[in-house]
Amino acid sequence: MSAPRTPVTGDLLYSDIEDDLRASVRALVDKQAPWDAVLARTDTDEPVDTDLWKRLTQEIGVAGLPVPEERGGAGASWREVAVVAEELGRAVAPVPFLGTAVATALLLGTAEDELLAAVAAGERTAALAVGATRGAGRPVPVTVERQGAGDLLQGTITAVIDAVTADVLLVPVSEGLAIMEADGDGVTRTTAESLDMTRRLTDVTFDGAPARIVAGADVDRALRIGAAVLASEQLGLAERCLADTVAHLRDRHQFGRQLASYQALKHRLADLWVAITQARATARYAARCAADDSPDLPIAAAVAAAHCSEVALLAAEEGLQLHGGIGFTWEHPAHLFLKRARADALLLGSADHHRSVLADLCALPA
Amino acid sequence: MTTTDSPPDAAALATRVEEFLAAHDPSTTEPGEFLRARFAAGLAWVHYPAGLGGLGAENGMQAAVDAAFAASGSPENRPRLNVIGLGMAAPTILRFGDDAQKQRWLPSLWTGEDIWCQLFSEPGAGSDLAGVGTSAVWDGDAWVLNGQKVWTSMAHHARWGILLARTDPKAVKHRGLSYFVVDMAAPGVEVRGLRQITGEAEFNEVFLTDVRIPDDQRLGEVGQGWAVAQYTLMNERVAIGGGTLPRESGAVGSLAARWREHPEAHTPGLHDRMLRLWVETEAARLTAERLGQQQAAGQPGPEGSGVKITYARLNQECSSLELELRGEDALRYADYTERRPEVEDYASRDAGWRYLRFRANSIEGGTSEILRNVIAERVLGLPAEARADKDVPWKDLPR
Ligand SMILES: Cc1cc2nc3c(=O)[nH]c(=O)nc-3n(C[C@H](O)[C@H](O)[C@H](O)COP(=O)(O)OP(=O)(O)OC[C@H]3O[C@@H](n4cnc5c(N)ncnc54)[C@H](O)[C@@H]3O)c2cc1C
Repeated sequence: MSAPRTPVTGDLLYSDIEDDLRASVRALVDKQAPWDAVLARTDTDEPVDTDLWKRLTQEIGVAGLPVPEERGGAGASWREVAVVAEELGRAVAPVPFLGTAVATALLLGTAEDELLAAVAAGERTAALAVGATRGAGRPVPVTVERQGAGDLLQGTITAVIDAVTADVLLVPVSEGLAIMEADGDGVTRTTAESLDMTRRLTDVTFDGAPARIVAGADVDRALRIGAAVLASEQLGLAERCLADTVAHLRDRHQFGRQLASYQALKHRLADLWVAITQARATARYAARCAADDSPDLPIAAAVAAAHCSEVALLAAEEGLQLHGGIGFTWEHPAHLFLKRARADALLLGSADHHRSVLADLCALPA
Repeated sequence: MTTTDSPPDAAALATRVEEFLAAHDPSTTEPGEFLRARFAAGLAWVHYPAGLGGLGAENGMQAAVDAAFAASGSPENRPRLNVIGLGMAAPTILRFGDDAQKQRWLPSLWTGEDIWCQLFSEPGAGSDLAGVGTSAVWDGDAWVLNGQKVWTSMAHHARWGILLARTDPKAVKHRGLSYFVVDMAAPGVEVRGLRQITGEAEFNEVFLTDVRIPDDQRLGEVGQGWAVAQYTLMNERVAIGGGTLPRESGAVGSLAARWREHPEAHTPGLHDRMLRLWVETEAARLTAERLGQQQAAGQPGPEGSGVKITYARLNQECSSLELELRGEDALRYADYTERRPEVEDYASRDAGWRYLRFRANSIEGGTSEILRNVIAERVLGLPAEARADKDVPWKDLPR
């Protein structure tokens, strides 16, 4: 057993184009989905902001970024996708961006060009129907099977993300990937009350549901790219929590002093800032590896996922604590970030999952 | 070779290195002569000005030049022994020195002929460096220094030292300081080894008794010593900051190697700690790399302080976990005999020594607590610490 080799790191900075993209997404999201609107939506039965999603996909083209132009996309890369994820994480925006990224990674490996182009254009939304906590590097159990020899599916998949408004479900079956209409015959979707009400889970039951089964889909790779994108979402969320907490501590006075002048609190925020600079480096590297299809992607994505999960959680938990009682109220945004961070740390594989994958990849066995 | 006024790009630098190596065969040229010629050719630190070992190149181009020299088997300029000279004294001389001072000190500093040390800390002034009490009094033709410095690494190797002293005890403490270069061979400079927890004496106490320093060994104006010292310290943290490191280098490398060689020591609890440290070290490595890229792109970030805090912690945790993996073996220690250590790669030292030595990482070069203050105040814009030493002459402060 030997130590892993050192790959070329590549560019970890943001390009001017990426900065411009960030600015457009931020401007739109700030206007359309400020936190109070996001919060209000969690109490409604329309958990997804379909209007925002439409504008993001049609005005900015966020769904087409990783898709080559000749296949109907914008011909950018996973690096730009990651920048958008940072911004949407910062706003806990209730749109199916992460699920779309995973579905797109999957479709890119198939010959489903028509569907791919429709997803890239934001005309249709697709979701990979696997349990939300499944992560790359370990087999995903197949819980849906064909009925007899036909193409009717039978089975249940619980806790699927970004399936609430999906038009198409992509379902792993023994023979490959089943593609089906989400509101077709024999498909029942139930939206669950979810810890993170800005990204609600769907339980899906198939009972004689017609599907088309295709080959070529690499679920493991799609989950890995999803983990890389999620790391950037976690980065954006962590930065937002830090910024909000800094602002609050500067503003509030106790014992005749700004709270921000207490060293115990300053040091906690400094530590959080250090952790966030690391989160940024790992998330950028994972996005870079996804964009260039680097052979180091499995390690890069697992490192980013393991690290950013914990940093986002720390940021949200510190944020809540340092806001005091006001942060514990429903009418304050801190809980939106806490719930998203807590859920994100389980999505697409927990930090522990990714570390155990790294144990295999880096020859550090149990 | 064409000479132009615009700074050389990477390709031009590569060509110059090639031409230099063709004219100075590293295998046959005497090392000192080779290094002096390399300095004269402007290939020492290419971002320095022409005539001072550089070519006025953009920042961030040195790594490729160094790599090309290393690949050719060129002699080294004792970079580990002269960290303080290269990383701290040189940029300060470049920034604050006059032409004569630059010509006097930079060539022999870069070639490693002269080692430098840093005479900042004192028994009464460490984190609060602006409180130093070593006095420098003008005596008509020289400054006369009296006082004691401590924790001075390399002082026993050093030809020169950078020193912070008080020239005006009646001024508020940050304003009464001046910055000098001390000849370590001058009469009245006494270096005594100071034994540390590893058993070795890596650093020293330096006693200064009526040491005479000519005025042309002052850097910056009289009373401006604090600004000069801050520049030195900023460079210390940058030197620690960015750059490309191999995956699994440093403390985690020894730990991972031990892990692979001794499966019988594995437990689930140790495995989890091993993996966490591996991930954190990789995150720190990428952070340092990103910092290096920012510096190269001319956007120096404040990440350097964060990188130093992180490496200190990871070195400490990795070496501690390695002892745990070693079990009984970890209870033995190689050698506590008092002696001067060889300056060498930490990885070549035994695990117990590394565990002890790494405890200093969060103290030397600015403690981790002070760095957190720096981040909180300069990066996050939080209010400065309340202080009792403002507007009070230094001589009236409680000590
Ligand atoms: C191996 C080694 C090599 C060194 N080499 C050199 C050298 O070559 N030249 C040189 O000049 N110096 C050198 N030093 C000295 C080093 O810079 C100082 O030890 C360091 O700056 C701390 O100062 P101090 O020891 O006086 O500790 P103190 O300043 O007394 O600190 C004691 C503790 O209090 C904490 N503390 C202090 N102030 C604050 C504050 N405002 N807020 C919160 N916590 C605070 C510190 O973090 C520390 O934990 C070296 C030290 C070591 C260990």
